[in-house]
Order: sequence, then structure tokens, then C-alpha cells
Amino acid sequence: MYSASKRLTVFCLCLGSLACNAAPVLRVCADPNNLPYSDLQEKGFENRLATMIAGDLGMQVVYTWFPQRGSFFRKTLDAGKCDVVMGVPSGMRGIDTTAPYYRSGYVFVSRRDRNLNIASLDDPRLHQLRIGIHNLGDTDREAPPVHALTSRGIVSNLVGYNIFGSNLDETDPSSDLIKAVEKGEVDLALVWGPIAGYFARSSPVPLVVLPIEGDSSDPTLPLSFDIAAGVRKEDDMLKQQLDVELQRRRTEIQQLLVSYGIPQLSLPQARTAGY
Amino acid sequence: MHRANRYFVTLVSAALLPAVFGTKAARAQANGSTNNIPGALPGIHLVSPVAAGQWTMPAGDYANTRYSPLDKINTGNVQNLHIAATMSTGIPHGHEGQPLVVNNTIYMVTPFPNNLIAYDITKPGMPQKWIFHPEPDNRAVGVACCDVVNRGASYADGKIIYNTLDDHTVAVDANTGHRVWETQVGDVKLGETTTMAPIVVRNMIFTGISGGELGVRGRLVALDLKSGKISWIAYSTGPDQDTRIGSGFKAFYPKDQGSDQGTKSWTPDQWKVGGGAVWGWISYDPELNLIYYGTGNAGVWNADMRPGDNRWSCTIWARDPETGMAKWAYQVVPHDSWDYDEIMENVLLDMPWKGQMRKLLLHPGRTGFVFVLDRETGEVLSAEKFEPINWANSYNLQTGQPDINKDKRTHFGRYATHICPSSTGAKDFIPSAFSPRTGMLYIPAHNTCMDYEGVAVNYIAGTPYLGASVRMYPGEGGYQGELVAWDVAKAKKAWSIKERELPVYSGVLATGGDLVFYGTMDGWFRAADAHSGKVLWQVKTASGIVGDPITFLGPDGKQYVAIYSGVGGWMGAAALPDVSTDDPYAALGVVGTMKQIKGMTQPGDLLYVFSF
Repeated sequence: MYSASKRLTVFCLCLGSLACNAAPVLRVCADPNNLPYSDLQEKGFENRLATMIAGDLGMQVVYTWFPQRGSFFRKTLDAGKCDVVMGVPSGMRGIDTTAPYYRSGYVFVSRRDRNLNIASLDDPRLHQLRIGIHNLGDTDREAPPVHALTSRGIVSNLVGYNIFGSNLDETDPSSDLIKAVEKGEVDLALVWGPIAGYFARSSPVPLVVLPIEGDSSDPTLPLSFDIAAGVRKEDDMLKQQLDVELQRRRTEIQQLLVSYGIPQLSLPQARTAGY
Repeated sequence: MHRANRYFVTLVSAALLPAVFGTKAARAQANGSTNNIPGALPGIHLVSPVAAGQWTMPAGDYANTRYSPLDKINTGNVQNLHIAATMSTGIPHGHEGQPLVVNNTIYMVTPFPNNLIAYDITKPGMPQKWIFHPEPDNRAVGVACCDVVNRGASYADGKIIYNTLDDHTVAVDANTGHRVWETQVGDVKLGETTTMAPIVVRNMIFTGISGGELGVRGRLVALDLKSGKISWIAYSTGPDQDTRIGSGFKAFYPKDQGSDQGTKSWTPDQWKVGGGAVWGWISYDPELNLIYYGTGNAGVWNADMRPGDNRWSCTIWARDPETGMAKWAYQVVPHDSWDYDEIMENVLLDMPWKGQMRKLLLHPGRTGFVFVLDRETGEVLSAEKFEPINWANSYNLQTGQPDINKDKRTHFGRYATHICPSSTGAKDFIPSAFSPRTGMLYIPAHNTCMDYEGVAVNYIAGTPYLGASVRMYPGEGGYQGELVAWDVAKAKKAWSIKERELPVYSGVLATGGDLVFYGTMDGWFRAADAHSGKVLWQVKTASGIVGDPITFLGPDGKQYVAIYSGVGGWMGAAALPDVSTDDPYAALGVVGTMKQIKGMTQPGDLLYVFSF
């Protein structure tokens, strides 16, 4: 039950009595306003995943809430305030990741009634259409498929929507881009899969979500990513526990992701520890 | 001749002492009422009264010389300096900026939550008089990029004026410590913060807005001193109406001319989140009646997504203080690809330049060049490297354009190595000082280069991306920082004091005692001979120094020197407990170059005051 990890804190709610009823905790670093992943009401699929895993391990989930902007990892996981981030790309620098539990990719989103059916970065219509993209808030952050567009000279018809929103009080800021497609502000949006799939589902206007085919001019440009749980580098024990759980519960996790509309690509077969 | 001048000044000071400190008028004189500087080199004319006993504005004077003629502490006796008082704020974050000294009171603005503390220097130990708590919005902490710093206040009309991190400019009664007025100048919800020190010119206050990940439209805001009401706003991007360019504007170089350059030099609509944050220092020339300041980088868009020169990011502005209308502008770095904010101080002075008296503006840039401009027109008279840099070879003085090394431009998928300076610059906002007695500009410099090593998988707001993995390291010569003494007339380095391990991240003070004071990131506070660069005195303070030294006279007639000791800020973030030094790319790549800092200093929260 108890994790041997040095970093797990054991809360002791001793109100005057000698015997402490100490419940072990799973300390999760999460964004309070980032559906479909997580929010303060724990309505995100990462919240549900954390609860599922913690339940199996006899732990309570305790959140450290922090917006997932530039200083997120530094101020939460690295600072030791919490011990796991439920979804990070495999091999992300600076942290240790479990084996991935899903793979998704960047997608094109458009209104069904436009009949665009664009899935290729080589589609000549991309030069004319108003294309909405998420601006990631720093000059060094750019979604890989956006690079594919700019390298084809597709620049002036890009319309940026800041992924953090225009205002910190907004709920679901990353959905602004999908709403822009609904309203016709842009003809097409280029979005990371889970965000697109989740918000497109609840759009009042039928939307089409198509995975972007590889970049023909740069086949090595990654447009899809494996997603895993992330822990601090020295936290082997917690990583192993999570790996076991993610494998054991893979069917339920699949159902959870499907229920949130997360567009998935197949994961590679190899699933050894330390992937 | 030099020593005789010093003797003369000391004699005069001694004779005046009883008179000077007996009366209010005398206190006003000690407030820097003179432009004639004892011992100044022939032809050098300072344009605003220097700090000669008090310190009433961030740079000591409007011209940003950070020079004081006080010379009771001098090359002959500085080794006798000892601690006269120490105060702590209790907030272990970067203590940037400097305190004020007015009417025998030290005023200190703390890092967030930006309390204002007044200390009584007439009493032993300089005890606290009062503390003002503005209680700013905590959300500003989550939005601030680079530690929760504050760069100081200005004194005017019986009030201490400063900014709180959450975009409020506040005026506090200097006697009672009560709030007089408070004005919101920006919005934390939009990702804006205010860290800079405002300045006050007559009845006008000037301050700027710092940028953030939400895409901030940088701007300079003018407020009325009495009421705190906003008078005008000059945006850094947008149409001429927003950037306050009108018929009186004349950019010196054709590249900066033409209407609405603040929109036309962008792809459509991107200027709306165009950056150009104003977070550095503002100078003022009382003779020309112009304010000068610089703007930051071009905002949140990747350079490939914003073709064009991106005006008016990385630009030095000259404006009329009353109306805010621009007189001239010079864009230092067109189409910035390296995060080279040019918000550095602009030091104003008149001196002979190539045989002719010119009104100069010295701007030691992030980019590694000392720019010498004619501050009447914006003409670049000289741009020479003060560190070994390679992003550009030179500046063309006819066109104002940098001669950029194309292979040092970085594009997604095509990464450059050994780019010097790194995005932390050959110099950050930390201010230099000028001595009219030596004709030298003392520049706290960095020698840091960077490799864009390719891409690393990263994640933001639930979106994976390939972030450029940036590794920073010391440049050629193997030293990380140095205090550079730059001979302005000769446009070259006279001497420097090198730091092997860490950049020099403190401001500089130059004095009539022919001393330059500065601090190191591991906590040494030093006095060097302003002529030769010989270190004459140093003391190890409790924490790394990222603030700016000041000097003043006490009621006892003694000269004091004061400095904050409390590491932090962008480069100092590596010393703060919540930054892991295992990840060389953490804190925007800075940690790699600073990984040893945790072994060399811990956070601190002190003000040190030195005297005999």
C-alpha cells in the first residue's frame, strides 16, 4: 500500500487521538483549467485516471493546482510539491516517463458543411484558406505542423489563438480555436488531437476532425506523440507502480479516452519498462 | 591635477558641512542641484543634476549616469568601509533595483508583495519607521516570467511612486506611509505585470508594462502626479495613432521611416500581440525636454511566423514628455530572432565626439554593442562590440542596419550553434554607470553563448511541441561575466574585471571618489578604482547581488553606500529553491549556464548600508 518512494508524503490527521489514521496520497500536479485533461472540479480524463489508479493503490489523490504555462514543471514537479503529472509526451526532457498509455496526433478541424476534407499539408488550398492555430505563448514554442506550413510559405493566412486564452478568467481557453471554426472565423484549424476531439464533440455545428498526414517534405517531423505519466527522475518506485497500473487498467483507460473523444493512433507494440 | 581636484572638493565640502546640513535649502542642494562636476574631463557636460547627497529617482539622476560626486569615500580610504546597518525584507526573492534616500529616510520596495519600508537614518541602526502594504493580486505571481522582482521607486512632491507586480502604480505619502492614490495601468488577467521603476518629470509619471505568455501589447503609460490619472499611452506596436507618431516625428534612418510602420512591418493583425514590452529604464533630458526608453522583443510569435521588421520591437524611442508624441525612433534589431530585448538604460551626456560637441545617448545593448547615438536625431554615431559576439558583425552607420550573420539566425529545424550572445544578452537590464571624471561607461556584462541543440519534446497547456533546446555556456575567454570599463571617446574597452563562473548581474555606481561599486552573483560587493580597475575593497554579503548600489549623505555628514543582497531574477532563478539544476534547459535555458550557482549562494533578503 505505502509507496517506498521518498517523495510521497503521508498525511496524518491526528486530532488529539494517539492512533493516526494516515491515508497514503498520490500527489498530482495538474492544471485547474485545462479540459479535456483536468479542471478544478476534476472533470478531466486525467483527473479520472488519477482517481482510478489511486483507488487501486489505496491512495487518495491530492492536487497541486498550477496553470500549465512556462513555469509549470519547474514550480510543481521539480519543486517537489507533487509527484506525478498524469499526461506528458514520452521522453520529455527533464522528467522520467512511464510507458505511454495513448498516442495521438495533430489534426485538422473544419465544419462538415464546408466539405473541405483536408488532411495533407501539401493540399494547395492551404495557401488560400484562413487557418487557425494555437499560439503557444513564446517565440520558441511552435507546434510542429505549423512549421510545416511556414516552410511552405503559408504564413500570412495563419490566425493565432493564444492557447492560454485572451484572458486568465476564461474557462476552457484552448477551445477558443474550435469555436472559431464553428463560427467561421477561420476555415480550418490545426490543433492537437485531444483538444480537438473533445471540444469538437460538443460543438453545436458538426465538425470534422482529420489526422494530419505526414509532412512529405520532412518525413522526420513528428506530428504525433506518445503520451505517458511523468515523475521526477529519481522516483523509480512511483514510476514502476504507475507502469503496472497503466498496463493492468489498459482496457478501462481506452474506454475513458474514447468517452472523451480523444483521437488515437495505435501505439507501438513494444511496451517494456523504461520505454 | 586629479588629486588636487579631489583635495579641493573635500576642502570645500568640509567647509560647507555645518551650513549644508543645517537648513532645508541645504538639503535641497545636497539633492543634486549642480551640473558642474568637479574633476570632469574637459568638454563633458552632464545634462541633469546628479545625486549629491540624496537618491530620489532610480538612476540617481534623469540622465541615468548613476554617478554621484560624493567623494568622502575614495580610493584612499575605501578599504576602511564597514557595515553601518543591515535590514531584511523577509522575502527571499531577487532584490533588483535600488532604494531611495530622501530627507534622511531610506525607502525600500520589496519583491512581491511589494511592500514599501521606510527606515530612519537619523537613529542608530537605521530602524524601521513604517511599512506600507499595498496587498497586490497574488495572480501576478503566476504570470510574472522571471521572479517576482521590483526595480524601485521615484520620489516627487512628498510621495514615493512605484509599481506593484499586478499592474498598479501607487503613490505613498513619504512621511506617513499612507496611500495617496493608486491607478491600475495594466491587467494581470491579460498576462501583464509591472516590474519596472517609474520616473517622474514635473507633474508626469512614466511607467511601462511587462509582457507575458498571453501576448502582451507593450506600452509606455503616462500618469498625472497629483491625481494618478492616466494622461496618455504610447503603444509599442500598431498604427501611428497608437504609437503616438505624428507630424513632428522624424526617424533618422529610411528603414524606420514611413507611416504606420507599427502595422506594416508585420503580417496582418500580429502587431496586436506584438510585444515591445517596456520594462527597463527611462531617461530624461531636461535641456531637450525629451524622455528616452527602449522596447522589448517581438512577442510570442515564432520569428518565421512574423516576417517583416516587426516595428517597434527592440527600438529606442525619444518622446515629448507632455504629449507622448515621438520625436524619433531607432529600431536596433529588426525582425528579432534571438529575444534581444533592447530595454537597456540610455545614458545621456554631452561631450566632444570626433572633435565636435554632440548630445549623446549611450546604450550598452543586449546585443553586445555599445551604441552611441545623437539623442537629438537618433543617428547612430558608433556601434562597437563590448563582448565577443557573433550574431552580427557590425552596424552600418549609414543605414542603421546590423550586418547579421545569416548562419546565426535560427529557424525551426535548422538550428545554429555557438550564437553569441545568448538570449540573456551581453548585458541584461542591469544598469551601467558613467563617470565624467574618467569618461568611462562601466558596464556589467555577460559573456554567454548558446547552442540551439535541436529539438526536445516539450509540453504546454496540454499540447506537445518541439521546443528548441538551448544550452548556454561561457563564451570565448572562458569567463562568464565581467565589469567592463568602456572608454566612450575611444569606443573601446579600457579594462575589465572578469568573473570566471557567473555573469555580473548587478548595477554599477560611479562616484567622485573615483570608485566604481558593483556586486557579483555569489555575493561579493566590490569597490574598484575607476581609472585602473584595481579592486580596492570587497566584502562577502549574505546572498548574490542583483540590485544596484547607491550612495548618499547621512545627517551626520558621513557618506554611505547601500546595496541589496538577495539573488534571484531571471538568471538568478537557478539559485532559488524551486529550480532544479538537473535540467540544463530549465528557466528558459539559463540553468545550464548557472548550474553551479546553488553551491555558491542561497536566496537572501537584505539591504546593506556601508560607511566608516
